[in-house]
Amino acid sequence: MNLMSYLAGAAQITGVALGAPLVIGVTRQVRTRLEGRVGGGVAQPWRDLRKQLRKQQITPHGTTAIFTAAPPVLAGTTLLIIAVAPLVATGSPLDPVADLFAVVGLLFLGTVALTLAGIDTGTSFGGMGASREITIAALVEPTILLAVFALSIPTGSSNLGAIVAHTIDNPAQAVSLPGVLAFVALVVVIVAETGRLPVDNPATHLELTMVHEAMVLEYAGPRLAMVEWASGMRLTVLLALLGNLFFPWGIAGPDPSAMDVAIGIVAIAAKVAVLAVLLAGGEVFLAKLRLFRVPELLAGSFLLALLAVTAANFFTTRA
Amino acid sequence: MRGWIAKIARVGRVTEAAGDLPQAVADAPTGVLGTLQVRHVDAGSCNGCEVEISGAFGPVYDAERFGARLVASPRHADALLVTGVVTRNMAQPLRNTLEATPAPRVVIACGDCALNRGVFANAYGVLGAVGDVVPVDVEIPGCPPTPTQIVAALRSVTQR
Amino acid sequence: MTLTTDATPEAEQVIARHNGVGPAVAGLTTSAVGVAGVWIGLAGVLGAPRAVQIDWLVPLIGVALQLDPLGGFFIALTGAVAVPVGVYAIGYARREHLGVVPLSVLPLFVAAMLLVPAAASVSTFLLAWELMAAASLILVAAQHTRPAVGSAAVFYAVMTQLGFVAILLGLMVLSAAGGADRFADLSAVTPGARTAVFVLTLAGFGSKAGLLPLHAWLPRAHPEAPSPVSALMSAAMVNLGIYGIIRIDLQLLGPGPRWWGVTLLAIGAVSAVYGVLQASVATDLKRLLAYSTVENMGLIAVALGAATLLAASGAASAATVAMAAALLHLTGHAAFKCLGFLAAGSVLATTGLRDLDRLGGLARRMPATTILFGVAALGASGLPLGAGFVGEWLLVQSLIHATPHHTTALALATPLAVGAVALTTGLGVAAMVKAFGIGFLARPRSDAAAEAREAPTSMLTGMAAAATACVVLAVAPIVLATPLRRVLAVVPASAGADPSGLGTVLHLPGLAGSMAPGLLAVFLVVAVLAAVVASRWGSRRRPTPAMLPLWACGADDLTARMQYTATSFGEPLQRVFDDVLRPETDVEVTAFEESQYLVAKVAYRARISDVLQDLLYTPVVQAVTFCANGIRRAHTGSVHLYLTYGALGVLIVLLVAR
Repeated sequence: MNLMSYLAGAAQITGVALGAPLVIGVTRQVRTRLEGRVGGGVAQPWRDLRKQLRKQQITPHGTTAIFTAAPPVLAGTTLLIIAVAPLVATGSPLDPVADLFAVVGLLFLGTVALTLAGIDTGTSFGGMGASREITIAALVEPTILLAVFALSIPTGSSNLGAIVAHTIDNPAQAVSLPGVLAFVALVVVIVAETGRLPVDNPATHLELTMVHEAMVLEYAGPRLAMVEWASGMRLTVLLALLGNLFFPWGIAGPDPSAMDVAIGIVAIAAKVAVLAVLLAGGEVFLAKLRLFRVPELLAGSFLLALLAVTAANFFTTRA
Repeated sequence: MRGWIAKIARVGRVTEAAGDLPQAVADAPTGVLGTLQVRHVDAGSCNGCEVEISGAFGPVYDAERFGARLVASPRHADALLVTGVVTRNMAQPLRNTLEATPAPRVVIACGDCALNRGVFANAYGVLGAVGDVVPVDVEIPGCPPTPTQIVAALRSVTQR
Repeated sequence: MTLTTDATPEAEQVIARHNGVGPAVAGLTTSAVGVAGVWIGLAGVLGAPRAVQIDWLVPLIGVALQLDPLGGFFIALTGAVAVPVGVYAIGYARREHLGVVPLSVLPLFVAAMLLVPAAASVSTFLLAWELMAAASLILVAAQHTRPAVGSAAVFYAVMTQLGFVAILLGLMVLSAAGGADRFADLSAVTPGARTAVFVLTLAGFGSKAGLLPLHAWLPRAHPEAPSPVSALMSAAMVNLGIYGIIRIDLQLLGPGPRWWGVTLLAIGAVSAVYGVLQASVATDLKRLLAYSTVENMGLIAVALGAATLLAASGAASAATVAMAAALLHLTGHAAFKCLGFLAAGSVLATTGLRDLDRLGGLARRMPATTILFGVAALGASGLPLGAGFVGEWLLVQSLIHATPHHTTALALATPLAVGAVALTTGLGVAAMVKAFGIGFLARPRSDAAAEAREAPTSMLTGMAAAATACVVLAVAPIVLATPLRRVLAVVPASAGADPSGLGTVLHLPGLAGSMAPGLLAVFLVVAVLAAVVASRWGSRRRPTPAMLPLWACGADDLTARMQYTATSFGEPLQRVFDDVLRPETDVEVTAFEESQYLVAKVAYRARISDVLQDLLYTPVVQAVTFCANGIRRAHTGSVHLYLTYGALGVLIVLLVAR
């Protein structure tokens, strides 16, 4: 662990913090182009966020400190996940807390903060969004932990850096049966956690079809900017983690040189871009599931994760 | 799915070329150019303007190129796009919507009904034009206005 | 379901006479007993084992007490729970006008609970157990003027006694097979007797701990008992069920075979999932917390089962981690469940409501209670920075690292166990978000909630003490490192590996993995502050902030009834799991006399009862009643017939004794 590791960590945090609106822009542009339009460009979310930061801050009557505190907590948990996850280099300075279960817990903590804010508004739509969000989050939890379990078995640890390092050393791991099953399960998990189609439509205007949007209907100005930025960062960091857990080539090692860090930055940016394009491209062909069909989808992904773990238990020989 | 991919490839881009940048009628709220979140309010329209607005945000006229985007809540919006004459039942909700929008904000009145009550001038359920209820910053005349006019009005605010 | 204490003027006068120093004396005595318990317990954990024999106290068998690390741990835990509860009870007893009898039994209840882990012989154990059960029954029935309390107390009494019979039988078999009354003198037991003891004690102690299917008393007794008593029962008494399992099955009967581990794992997993499912759809705050106790005891049983299974399969390090997980989660649960019930009692005392559908808006009227309940809810949800996170993390880690020694049973059991633990965590978060969000945030849904007042100082002090324990356990579980090490050394399943490594950074002994909850908390605070600073960008160009009415789609008159209630919040989950929960709904439509097509009133009733109680208990009760009715026919009242029965009995005994 040298100065370069710290530099890599800093690059990782600033990269995701600044690049998250770009990733959202990429997903929107892919959809736009497939619809035959021109669209606002990949930099449009940046403009939107800058504008929102200059708007008036509104606190509705009847809300409590939870309403004001939820956006910073959401953003804070996401920033911590970015700092902890091995994106540019393994061997992060925060290695003692770089545990995959801790990351899952932090994700959940952010979701809970936003859900409580939705209830705190005291409107029907806020409560509705909160109720739906927590149902989906509760049912996604078993799949996440089982997929993490499946990834930890060959490595012998749930430490993020260790998993990535193990996959670099054993490339066959990524295309083994447990690896493929865990990948599919994690894709469904990411779609559910970040509120993309077919679980939730991020561009809907109909309140009765909203899950995530319904909780933020009362937020304005800077708080809205923070919520949208945090949501973008969550999508970015989850895509980046997915990329690095299954295709870690390009990531810098524990004692990187400046060249390694540069390659790591370019590699993670490329992986996130590719995954974002694939995600958005897939969304064009999907319609949103009604809420009571979502548990069926999540149960299917749970089964895949369970199969992944069983396969890992029986078919993997530990190094 | 294969059929859809073939159709997408075949149709390609259908957006018409953008015209010249119109004069700035209202200052871009907050000073950031090229971004405008619009909340549409139907104060009592016949939905003719709504059809044209949906065309303006569709693939052919594509208002999103110039930074305009429709949002669901006025708290997320910079501009209210009000269509229709203001009926008695919708007067207070319209005022509530404007108050819920964070400053700085603009009000865009779309269509002849919104500007001067149009064909519904003497109807019993009508309170007045939009300008009688809330202050209006941008006007789009027409019954209904064409998508090109709507896009031009939005561009006059976004300045892009 | 609403409840209000009804007090007529005469009753108030009678109660007022007892209201002077009684609560203060009772509360302080309870806390003093608690402090003594903590001191004795810590002496037992950290010092050398000691034994005391008092022969004159009970004729023929005497009282045998001992102090060893395992017993000392539970004594200290019980004492630690009693301290804040005692202080809290001072204010609560005054507010709720508790009578002389419950107030004087409260310290006795704590003392009895401290005796159970100190018992060194079968007879002493049973004596202490019955004392504890009797005291708890008196306390549960404290506010017996309410009709629901009577039926809950009877149900609780019957189940406790049935559990005691199971424990009695089990310990008698153990004593007979081992040839001694004192635990220390027991010799090795035959496998058949071992199995019998295991099954009987699992049933008895499992019922006390609230494991399925003998858990039904928990959600009935806890809501009806006074809140300090609920806190003691949920945070201290159910622990003694776990203590019984650990002491008898895991320690005295030696390291158990694999099927014991699988049984504990299965029962624990089912209890955890069922408990949390009921909690996520419960609308009564105390019933929600009671089902959460069932869930957490299930998780602890999963940990114990995992430890047994792993130890029997040869994975010593993983077994130690699982055992440490069980003990840590036990401690964390005691802290956050105690706080949760105390906060619920605070709400109940001022509003008279337990029903979440009618609460709300308490954050503005009772800010301290809200924050304290928030700490408890965070702990109960198992999220990072909560008191329950480290225990669950250790449990999952132990299940993950089982693979090097895997047998087929282990390879199939561990994924299902992890899945069950994960589902429990997810649903637990939903339940706690509902309890905290609907109960305390937004606007009040009833007049009683709108007129709530903050709790008095004694209640707040008690709750703050429990909250401090929660926070300490969440960020610095290192305080438990030495006691845990001593306890783990005396349990055969975990005696294999060295559990050192529980420092600021928890290093798993012999396994790869680490977690630093304190560091996590620090980094999270830094990250949140960074986010706040980032949002300041552009603030100079912002117009002045404003406080405005809610948007809510432009509606003018938003009433508090338009908010989501606890029932509506839990409805999606109820729909997903309605095969398990079997909700009963009843719709009654009243039409006008003139025309049945014009509806005047629609009444909708929904009820989620405990499915297991309806499916399992009712047939058993019916069978017992049937048998009892049959035996009634043998009681004709004729003296001649009874003398014949007596003669027949003597004849049989004479034949058998030959």
